[in-house]
Order: sequence, then C-alpha cells, then structure tokens
Amino acid sequence: MNFPLPEFITVSASNPWTYVVFGLIGFAFGFTLEMSGFGDSPKLAAQFYFKELTVLKVMFTAIVTAMVLLFGAVGLGILNFNQVWVNPTYLWSGIVGGLIMGVGFIIGGFCPTTSLASASTGKIDGMFFMLGGFFGAALFAETEPLFTHWYNNAGYYGRLTLDQVFGLPVGVVVLLVVLMALFMFWGAEQLERIIGKKDMSREPKLRIAGAGVLFALALAVVFIGSPSLEERYQKLTFTRTETIPQLEGQPPIVNTVTYTADEMLSNRFVFVSPAEAFKAKYNQAMNPVYLDVRSEADYNIYHIEGAVNVPLERLEEVIPVLLTEPPANTVFIVMSNDETAAVQAWKILVASSVPNVYILEGGVNNWIAFFGKEDETLKDVRRAPNPAPDQLAYIFPAALGDRYESCSPSPIKYEELEFEAKIQLQLKRDKSGGGCG
Amino acid sequence: MTTAPATKRNIFKRPEKPYVHPYLGGVILGIVLFLSFFLTGNGLGSSGATSRIDAWIVDAISPSHVDNNPYLLKLAGGDKNPLDDWIVPVFFGALLGGFTSGWINGRLKFTTTKGPHISDRTRWLMAFLGGVLFLYGARMARGCTSGQALSGGATLAAGSWAIMFAIFGGAYGLAYFVRKLWN
Repeated sequence: MNFPLPEFITVSASNPWTYVVFGLIGFAFGFTLEMSGFGDSPKLAAQFYFKELTVLKVMFTAIVTAMVLLFGAVGLGILNFNQVWVNPTYLWSGIVGGLIMGVGFIIGGFCPTTSLASASTGKIDGMFFMLGGFFGAALFAETEPLFTHWYNNAGYYGRLTLDQVFGLPVGVVVLLVVLMALFMFWGAEQLERIIGKKDMSREPKLRIAGAGVLFALALAVVFIGSPSLEERYQKLTFTRTETIPQLEGQPPIVNTVTYTADEMLSNRFVFVSPAEAFKAKYNQAMNPVYLDVRSEADYNIYHIEGAVNVPLERLEEVIPVLLTEPPANTVFIVMSNDETAAVQAWKILVASSVPNVYILEGGVNNWIAFFGKEDETLKDVRRAPNPAPDQLAYIFPAALGDRYESCSPSPIKYEELEFEAKIQLQLKRDKSGGGCG
Repeated sequence: MTTAPATKRNIFKRPEKPYVHPYLGGVILGIVLFLSFFLTGNGLGSSGATSRIDAWIVDAISPSHVDNNPYLLKLAGGDKNPLDDWIVPVFFGALLGGFTSGWINGRLKFTTTKGPHISDRTRWLMAFLGGVLFLYGARMARGCTSGQALSGGATLAAGSWAIMFAIFGGAYGLAYFVRKLWN
C-alpha cells in the first residue's frame, strides 16, 4: 500500500468517508488540546512570562514526535514524501503574519485552534476570540488586494525544507531538531523551577526515558536515510482505465488495470504521437508543458514552439517547481532527439511523483519527420547520413530555434489528425487542498 | 468518583480532572499529527476554516462581492463551495473533540479564563481583539500555530519555522507591556 492514501488526499462529496476521516482527525486534535489544558488562557499566556512553559512543551513534543515518525516512515519507503503537503515558503508575509499572530496571542490569550477547545467547553473569552477571528479573517480578505503583489511574491521559495536550506541529509536535520527540542525542554524546566517556583522533583521520571526513546528514534532515522529515486521508481504503480468495445448493442466494458512503471513503458502507454502532442495544445481540458531534455545546443538548433529546455542532468533541480507550480491539469510531454534521454527523464519525474508525464514518441526527430514533410522553411535541412542514437537525425545549416514552420504547425492545416489517444489525465490534489489555505 | 449517583444524574457536572502532563499531551498530539499526514498527506489546521466560513457567509449574502475580491474569489468564486475543503471537517471535529474532552474531564462550565487583576469585560474585549489580530496574521502567513508551526514544523518546511519563531518573537516582545492582563 502507498501512503498517504489517494482516496483521502482531498475531501469530496463523491467519497463521504473523507469527511468522516478529516472529522475524526479534527476530533482527536481538539480532544488532545483540551486535555492538555489549552482551553485555559492564563495557562497559555504563562508561557510568555516564563512561569509555566506548557505551550512550548506540548508544541515541540508534538512537532518532534510527528517529525520522527514521518521521516522514519518516509525513510522506510511506506510514506511518499512528495505527496505530503509541505507549506510553501513565503518568507516575508510569513514573518510579518507571524509577528501579528504573536501580538494576537499575548493580547487574546489563545491561538485559533485552542480557542475552539476553549469555546467548546463554555469559556466565554474563547468564544469572543473565535468571534474576533471571523472578523480578522474577513478583514484580511478585504485588505489583501492592497498588498496582493507583496503577499504572493515577497520571499517566495516554494516547497523548501530545512535540509535543503542547510544542505544536510534530512535525517541529520531531524536529529538536530530533536536535540534542540530536548535542550529547550531542559531550559524550560529550569525556568519553571526558578521563575515559576515549581517543584521539579515531582515531575515523572518517565520523561527522561521518553527523551531517550526520542533520541534513539531520531538516530534510527539518520541510519535509515531516504529511499533512492530507483527504490521509489520500483514501487510505483499506475492505474489506467481500459475500454473494451463489445458487439453492437452491448455497452463497452470498462476495466481499471494497474501497471508497474516498467510495464507502462513496455506497453508504450506513456508514448504520445507527435499528432497527439500537438493536439493537446488545443484541448481545453489540459495544459500541456513540453519539456525538452536535450542539450541547450540541440534546443537552439530546433525546438517545438513553447518547449522548455531542461537538460537531463539538470532535471532534478526543477522537480520541486513541477510539483507545486503548474495547475492540476498540466500534462508534461518530455522529449529528446529519439527516446532514450526522454525515457530517463520520465523515470526521474514519475519516481518524484510528478503527475501526468508522457514521452514524445520518436522524439524531436519523429516530430520533424511528421510535421516537416510540408515545411518549406526546412528545405535546406538534410538528413544526417548515420545519426548516432538519440542525436538529431538532421543537419541544420543554422540554429533557428523555433522559427521553422513545423515548430508551430498550423492548427488549420492540421485540424484533422488521426491518432490513438494515450493521455489519461490524472487530476492531482488541488493546490488549495493542502495546507491551511 | 465518590459522588457517583449525583454525577450520573447530571452528566454536565462531572468531577473536574487535572490536565494531562504536557509531554504526554504532546506525544499524543504528535501521533495525531503524524497519522493525519500518513493517511491524508495533510497536517492539522483551523484558521483556513475560519476564512472559508467567512467566504461562505459573504457568498450567501452578496455573491457579487465575492466576484470583486480576488482573495474571496479563490475560495468561493463561481460554483465553488468554500466549505468543500479538508480543513472544514477538521474545524468542526476539533470543536466536538474539545467539547468531549471537557465533558469527560468535568470542565464544561460557562466561565471566563483570565488574569487575576482584570474584569470579565476587559478580558472579553481583549480576547476579541486578540482574535481579530491573530486571524489577520494567520491568513497573512497562510496558516496559524496549527497549520504552520505544528504541521509545517514537523515536515521541516523552512517558512513554517520562520513563522514559528516570529509568533514566539511577537508574543515575547509584547508580553512585558501587557503583563497587567495576565499577572
């Protein structure tokens, strides 16, 4: 099984169980907060006068527990981290928003979810905080147009994690965060003893054992490491719907079949003909992105109009962008001169959970063979006598990029094209379906 | 539970039990957070639901206003139902979960939690203002203590860690000046 479960990635009326699952998660969330005393505002505010550091202890224990389990599961290959929502970094709106939240916290005595725990148990101040919250959120919606450019762009780094920031293996960052948390807990207890005049001898000894377990688990995460691209590729499965036409009068049979990634390649389900790749541009349902993984030199000689040049060796750098930026109906059509490099690129992309990736059948050479037949601007171009595999099979007198006619075939001239449709659009998680958005 | 007969008759007057130890609460919360990521790919959150409920109300009263506001348009434009999002069932689940824990542990009571030297009315006003500010900041930061600090913290999201420190920074920075509210 692959986690997270695809059925639960977004809520939808077509699967009412999703409401139940998210409702139960919320229930457990509210229950735990109330149980930890987060419905009580002086207890929360005491954090900021160093008397009782419950907020810090609960929050950081929760963060490190979840983090160790999460990256442990990722390392063991049970959980696919690319399908886990990671808040995109908008540094400046985040910091300003965070400072405002801090002010709201010390004045109001709650944060949004703790106010739910408070209001639901009858605390009137919790109810006022919630009510204020509805005004605050509405006020934001009304004022956002005033600074929308700053809000959406200032300090935007996309999906960025701390291991990328520090250039360290993720397990090492997990271990460092655990050590930092343990140090903070120690510091918090010293403060409670000195400022809060709390008798620490009555604290359960079990907490020291707990710290040991946490540290051991973090060490284990370091040693497990992260699954390689190859390991992730081997575990991939694809589901396709296949329609088998029946005799006249009978409805066709629709099957859902599951394939491994290698089977998708060997059955050529992911190879789209030049005709289909071209027609995708005029299909309202999809947003094709042509990824040209050849060298920059080849790209400069001849490329399809609108194709983006990402040489194969630099492909992994753009994966975080491909995962988060384009709309859900984006279809990536990868191409090299023939197919070899494009197949490599396809493997890297699908192993990184990029959805809807296809390969241009026969590559750019096949595109030229197909659309170049009637292209007058290609008349000085000769066929190369013995092209090496995955090299341009034509000799161009000049590098004109996409200024040949066949780089952007006329949609009128090629209105009627016959092809076997291979693209089956898989709508991935809606962007707003993740995070607190 | 020495007063068993009385508590049986009135389920809302159960003996008040102490809060669980912070580390235990934290471990349980961490497991809940992990399971949420593990099963659904999403963490925890609540402030998103507040703005979605706002958008839903605005959409019901004045759909044209939604169409003129780019932020609301994203949530409720056209035939989009702003409540059709994972965070909404989490929000209502959290209300119910908080209520249930309060009920089981004998903490259901209409009361005001506040510092010793301020009146109930001052506390209510401050709670309201704090709520306005907190949610304003939470929407600006695209998530609150749950959606950013907790969930983003556990996934090692760089921006979330910056936000977490900013929240603590903002609160500690102002704490001295509002100490009369709490001490």
